[in-house]
Amino acid sequence: MSAWWGIGAALLCWPGLIGGAAFAWLLLWIQRKLAARLQGRKGPPFYQPFFDFIKLLGKETVVPGGVNRRLLYALPMVSAVAVVCALSLIPVPGNPMPSFAGDLIVLLYLLEMPALCGVLAGYSSRSLYGQVGSAREAILWLGYNLPLLAAVLSLAIKAKSLTLAELAGVPLGPVHVAAAAAFLLALPARLKRNPFSIPNAEQEIIAGPLTEYSGAPLAFFELAHALELVALVSLFTVLFLPTANAPGPGWVLYLLGSVVLVALITLVATASARLTLRHTFRIYWSWGAGAAFLALMIAGAW
Amino acid sequence: MKLFEGLLSISRRKSPWVYCLNAGSCNGCDIETAACLSPRYDPEQVGTLRQGSPKHADILLVTGPLTLRTQDALRDIWGQIPSPKAVVAIGSCPASGNVFAGSPTVVGALAQVIPVDVYVPGCPPRPQAILQACIQAAHLLAHGKTHDQQGRREARR
Repeated sequence: MSAWWGIGAALLCWPGLIGGAAFAWLLLWIQRKLAARLQGRKGPPFYQPFFDFIKLLGKETVVPGGVNRRLLYALPMVSAVAVVCALSLIPVPGNPMPSFAGDLIVLLYLLEMPALCGVLAGYSSRSLYGQVGSAREAILWLGYNLPLLAAVLSLAIKAKSLTLAELAGVPLGPVHVAAAAAFLLALPARLKRNPFSIPNAEQEIIAGPLTEYSGAPLAFFELAHALELVALVSLFTVLFLPTANAPGPGWVLYLLGSVVLVALITLVATASARLTLRHTFRIYWSWGAGAAFLALMIAGAW
Repeated sequence: MKLFEGLLSISRRKSPWVYCLNAGSCNGCDIETAACLSPRYDPEQVGTLRQGSPKHADILLVTGPLTLRTQDALRDIWGQIPSPKAVVAIGSCPASGNVFAGSPTVVGALAQVIPVDVYVPGCPPRPQAILQACIQAAHLLAHGKTHDQQGRREARR
């Protein structure tokens, strides 16, 4: 019985829907505020992402001609629900979800859902901009997933387990350095931030796959994207910082690590220009593949 | 439900996203609009973001005297903005036609084609005035007083 309560609390309160969304909006605000300060602006107040979400919920939804209405509503919902489930699996401090064998594989599958839904949304919206954005995202998918998956798998090899809690408990070693480098390399493209923001390059293809979306579906896509940020940042802190070993400073280390990581991503995004699709792909299949290979080699050899 | 309505009203005031449209402007007002969106005046501190797609926008910023060639595009884009929406006419041209009034290639006042909520006087207006108009339009949206919201209420009755 108490296991079911734990699962429910993890899905709904922390790190699932409510706590996850609150933390996601905080991280989103840090991103926007820091970018604004770096550009010499004042930047938005801290409640901005929350009000943006509520406003979008209250707007009319325009269904473009020839687009399946159910698909239009289902894709953002599926991606938001998938990320909430993924979040609840990550063993962040205070997560009541019991860990089970193979939850790593479930997590990796669930984390792919928002990208898949985004690609489908762009293709199904019958907008040229959406289709171009989707094609770019689908191509990039093949690039950034190589270092991202290799980073997680090298830890799984080291831990000889597919349980997230055991992965988080691996004592820090050389494999963590190589795997963290691969993970960090994949992160900007995964979050579609500069310099790898070609799928939603707003100066050329408006809003990419989300061009035709409005109202509540757009709000849920934005929410899913924000939750994805939390999920990936949490995964990084849990796997590469020793948050699991000490319960006292675990919270502090987790929050601090997340904020520093988000600040780092924003710093890189603000300081860099957008790379073309060709260059992005080349970077991932040279440096990304190199980092992935190195991480797997170290995990196997050491 | 009442709570959500209140929250929605606040968030409409706090997060007005704009879409800029040039309806035959001489570019003077567009330069001032660009200045208004620049870091010096930073509209993001009041929640205003410039959107590339009309489907993401709340406020339509129109410049120019509305030429015959642009009026269909204007109506189309206005129709694509999901409701509730506000229209801000920037400069003297969309208010009256300005020096182009009476020209055979110009429609004249913007209000003949779509309902206008806020006028910004000036040829061109200052960036501060444009930002002020965005804030004013956001207040109208929050209180349900834009022409679009009033028209919908009338239609429901």
